[in-house]
Amino acid sequence: INHVVHNGGLYKRPFNEAFEETPMLVAVLTYVGYGVLTLFGYLRDFMRQWKIEKCQNATEREEQKDFVPLYQDFENFYNRNLYMRIRDSWNRPICSVPGAKVDMMERVSHDYNWTFTYTGKVIKDIINMGSYNYLGFAQKAGTCQEAAAKVLSQYGAGVCSTRQEMGNLDKHEELEKLVARFLGVESAMAYGMGFATNSMNIPALVGKGCLILSDELNHASLVLGARLSGATIRIFKHNNMQSLEKLLKDAIVHGQPRTRRPWKKILILVEGIYSMEGSIVRLPEVIALKKKYKSYLYLDEAHSIGALGPSGRGVVEYFGLNPEDVDIMMGTFTKSFGAAGGYIGGKKELIDYLRTYSHSAVYATSMSPPVVEQIITSMKCIMGEDGTTVGKARVQQLAENTRYFRRRLKEMGFIIYGNEDSPVVPLMLYMPAKIGAFGREMLKRNIGVVVVGFPATPIIESRARFCLSAAHTKEMLDTALKEINEVGDLLQLKYSRHRLVPLLDRPFDETTYEETED
Amino acid sequence: MDIKRVKDYIYWLYFQYLLITCSYVLEPWEQSMFHTITVTVFAMVVYTAYVFVPIHVRLAFEFFSQMFGGQPDSAV
Repeated sequence: INHVVHNGGLYKRPFNEAFEETPMLVAVLTYVGYGVLTLFGYLRDFMRQWKIEKCQNATEREEQKDFVPLYQDFENFYNRNLYMRIRDSWNRPICSVPGAKVDMMERVSHDYNWTFTYTGKVIKDIINMGSYNYLGFAQKAGTCQEAAAKVLSQYGAGVCSTRQEMGNLDKHEELEKLVARFLGVESAMAYGMGFATNSMNIPALVGKGCLILSDELNHASLVLGARLSGATIRIFKHNNMQSLEKLLKDAIVHGQPRTRRPWKKILILVEGIYSMEGSIVRLPEVIALKKKYKSYLYLDEAHSIGALGPSGRGVVEYFGLNPEDVDIMMGTFTKSFGAAGGYIGGKKELIDYLRTYSHSAVYATSMSPPVVEQIITSMKCIMGEDGTTVGKARVQQLAENTRYFRRRLKEMGFIIYGNEDSPVVPLMLYMPAKIGAFGREMLKRNIGVVVVGFPATPIIESRARFCLSAAHTKEMLDTALKEINEVGDLLQLKYSRHRLVPLLDRPFDETTYEETED
Repeated sequence: MDIKRVKDYIYWLYFQYLLITCSYVLEPWEQSMFHTITVTVFAMVVYTAYVFVPIHVRLAFEFFSQMFGGQPDSAV
């Protein structure tokens, strides 16, 4: 059910998020499917154990058979018997720049996905609906590429040192000043890898005696950083502000578990856009709670920087809030800027502290100069400082593509999760056989999609995740939508029971959500 | 043309059966085994229904008609 939230005047624009419930019949049939696959998995394991069939997966050696078994848990069972059967939808090798269209190397498997061989053919011009290329900066020609090539010829590719030793180039300083100006914070620091930014900096900020309140569906890097820090971790339900407030109240009232002393720090970990659900964090409410209970906020804008907001400055600008309210703004350059790496922005004292104490700054190699130049050029393009309006046009094109694509998919009758404005579009598949079938059928029709199954999502809620890009033209989106419609009819994926009435001639506005027919 | 449409529809129904029971991802020999078991179970269900259901329905009908229709007879 779509609900429009106006929460005490905190929201300046309607917040339309929807997670339609799984239809009961579909859930039952999904369990039936998993049951059948589990039975056949046990049968195959039995045959492998009794040497009726050749065992192609990893096992312990003969001498180690009496030790504690390594491969008997559910993860390995799932891997051997379910993942292997549909493995050809993942790790597909591409051989061109991952822009709006991509080339892929064709591969076949003669022993049911245990090994692959390349046929040598290259499938050309596959519409790429899987790359995180939100603003279309993954290009091999253009100003970014020329600037990066120039810097490559000037500085080379390797840095051969960490930031603290001899790896601090003037390019890094320039990048950090630019990032701070882009975000509207006092200072920023850039790291070579986005995952390492989270996992290596949270331990530097919190330690034992601190409390981390982390969202249920946070990314593995945030979870890893929180666990490495040694702080107490409490989980609140996904995007649920009542749950967060209850945890905050309990933390302030009861303090640390045994000694009842007050917590040294309370850190709230949220993400801007959650990539598996397509939902946007309720940032105005989180900031109001943070101020009321005097805790700190760590915002991971990996997917939302560049993709949300009228000028691409992320989820803070999308809600019209003050960037100084967020204590630590983290983001990555991988998604919207077409490069690699991450950054953390905040007050000057915080960043100076991180320069000395962060593991990533002390031990990890700093960013490579051409990558830095790609970020600088793309960021200047988004801000409009290179003299053109290309950046603004791209941000607007992405917003239009998002709205159009989501509306069309909902009209067709698919179940789509997430917020109306997020460029990540998860389409629910549910049944395990449809995961493999969807990936293969879309590839036959020359569209590359990412399908996601068990460890990344709950076991019955497998989905196909589309990532829209400003580089997709309307014709490409129309082609993709036509094929998705066909495949949806072929595989019976149109589970939604809320049919949106297609708009006739009225322009799109928020009140159309009242016109649903069940 | 109609025969082709009917055949396509039947193939589509078979494809849906394969997807729902996840035999789409199984290897051919596993699929044959699964189809054999499914067809056997389904045939047994149909046969049991054919043999037993009419008798049970008739008995239930007689029981209920005795309970309701039998009273006026005995009162008169």
